[in-house]
Amino acid sequence: MNDGERTAADPAGGAPPDTHRSLPHGPRADVAREAGHRGPPPRMGFFTDTSVCIGCKACEVACKEWNGVPGHGLELTGMSYDNTQGLGANSWRHVAFVEQRTPPGGREPGPVPAGPDVFEAARALGTSPGTGTSAPRSAPAGAPAGEDPPAATGGRTELRWLMSSDVCKHCTQAACLDVCPTGALFRTEFGTVVLQEDVCNGCGYCVPACPYGVVGRREGDGRAFKCTLCYDRLGAGLEPACAKACPTDSIQFGPLEELRERAAARVAQLHAAGVANARLYGESPEDGVGGDGAFFLLLDEPEVYGLPPDPVVTTRDLPAMWKQAALAAVSLAALGVASFVRRPR
Amino acid sequence: MSESDVTRNGVEGARHGREAVTGAHAGRRRRRRRGQRGERPVVPEAHFSSYYGRPVLKAPPWKALDIAGYLFLGGLAGASSLLAAGGQVTGRPGLARVAKLGAAGAITVSLGALVHDLGRPARFVNMLRVVKPTSPMNLGSWLLAGYAPLTVAAAAADVTGRLRGPGAGATAASAVLGPAVATYTAVLLSDTAVPSWHEGYRELPFVFAGSGAAAAAGLALVCAPPAQTGPARRMAVLGAVAELGAFRLMKRRMGLVAEPFEQGRPHRLLRGAELLTTAGAALAACAEAVGRAGVGRHLGRRVPAAVAGAALLTGSAALRFGVFHAGVASAQDPAYTVVPQRERLRARSG
Repeated sequence: MNDGERTAADPAGGAPPDTHRSLPHGPRADVAREAGHRGPPPRMGFFTDTSVCIGCKACEVACKEWNGVPGHGLELTGMSYDNTQGLGANSWRHVAFVEQRTPPGGREPGPVPAGPDVFEAARALGTSPGTGTSAPRSAPAGAPAGEDPPAATGGRTELRWLMSSDVCKHCTQAACLDVCPTGALFRTEFGTVVLQEDVCNGCGYCVPACPYGVVGRREGDGRAFKCTLCYDRLGAGLEPACAKACPTDSIQFGPLEELRERAAARVAQLHAAGVANARLYGESPEDGVGGDGAFFLLLDEPEVYGLPPDPVVTTRDLPAMWKQAALAAVSLAALGVASFVRRPR
Repeated sequence: MSESDVTRNGVEGARHGREAVTGAHAGRRRRRRRGQRGERPVVPEAHFSSYYGRPVLKAPPWKALDIAGYLFLGGLAGASSLLAAGGQVTGRPGLARVAKLGAAGAITVSLGALVHDLGRPARFVNMLRVVKPTSPMNLGSWLLAGYAPLTVAAAAADVTGRLRGPGAGATAASAVLGPAVATYTAVLLSDTAVPSWHEGYRELPFVFAGSGAAAAAGLALVCAPPAQTGPARRMAVLGAVAELGAFRLMKRRMGLVAEPFEQGRPHRLLRGAELLTTAGAALAACAEAVGRAGVGRHLGRRVPAAVAGAALLTGSAALRFGVFHAGVASAQDPAYTVVPQRERLRARSG
């Protein structure tokens, strides 16, 4: 299937029969095949390397342009250069902007010991910071350096900026897909999770189900919306609009397996350059959501970027929940019977 | 970032209140537990980081009146179906009629509330487009699609006096489905990432079962002939005990994410629910003792029963609204998402 409209146009059964079905928990080898697609293409995803994000928000703009996502009004937050504030029905990409003024790693304010020289590190990588036009994938660590920001004389450079373009994670175990009562959310042949606008009845259940707070219900429209990983573009062999627009290749699109290899190499490269805080987030198929289809390279703890440190798909506990509810229902029935039993005289 | 306190000697001055800081433990201080009393905190304050204090999760977009109201009415209807069947079997037609009408009325109003809360009410039938056990809302829709017509049929047969056989069948069938209607709503809440709802999934069905029983008993006490409300009084006491006991157990097990139940509006609602349910159940029990002693007839029994019933109904409603608002509050504060997850990671890493 290479036509995004087909599933959308026929709510009664255009999608393969079981694509709204959830998957057993644990790492999955092939989500699309297990969801009922025959001979699916490789699972596609995003690797967002935040160490080269420059916070330009081209991804936000490109996403809005391509997908016709309405604006959400202009609200100046005053907290940082981030006025988008978060993902939601009207923001499918969100560039987080973190301004840190204290020495990283939770140390108390004070003079910072001399850290690694980034210029030295960059030279070791074979590129120079001045050649910004070189292949973005091998770009130097750049401004948001890792564990120790470059401590110039006088301790004047404790401040650092972290930028990260957040997006729907397209989880392997997707809570939104699991709990959707209408089957509006389904698993595509690319292994992504897409919401069919013409089926959604706006119950809003996917909104609190998402462990990342990604899905939102649009004011005035009533339906839920989220990133589709540009399902229509993928069907036509194009990369998603945000990845296309990203000027530094911070947003990389491709087969998930390939992205994982690329990400591992990048982390090793950053660690070798002294950026000890570089870590991957959401790439492990062993995590609470079975791994993310869109994962990240971060330079600080996930919660600093507004991401949950250990997300778990809520439906992991659902069998236990149903069991408890059944026990409670039986108890209630017993309570009802007990209320009518005459006491022995 | 208007003030500049980076000097030649390093950073000076206090951290800015809205600043994002680094690491897992460097974040803002949690406000104190039960701060309104001014007590010194016993539990050490949790330190955590967040993105400028913004929530990690999205709170449910539901209207409190619709959804908390539905939780209350669903519980009332489900347990009323038990009273209806019991009343019918044990020869208490007055009690049975009140319970049947109560169940049919409550579930009809709650269906209206559910459809009203949809972003696209015209598409409510899409709920029945698939059968999905992983979606409590989907299974709940199927449950209501079976249960609601049964309660209406049972009530209609009782009121019109026609088709008594099918009416009795509908009464029995609705008594079978009723307890499920009263308890599945707990799964509906727990099957979300909302910390204070999800973490209570073991006990919440029992809380809702007890609360539903107390509400149904309350309705019967208010409306049914006093001579036939003996079972309702017993149900009131049993329901109140189950509700309050399960709720205490739940809060004790939940740890940090029990905090939203003890702060602000949810705290006031839940405290009110506790008082009203306890008082209502006690009054119902006393009324039974008084009734058995044969003291005071007619009005003398009716008034305490009606007061007890009203207290039980209000208490049950307050509990549902309290639980609803506490969940919303827990989703809006990143502490309840980040701190338990950090503790989980720390425990796992040794």
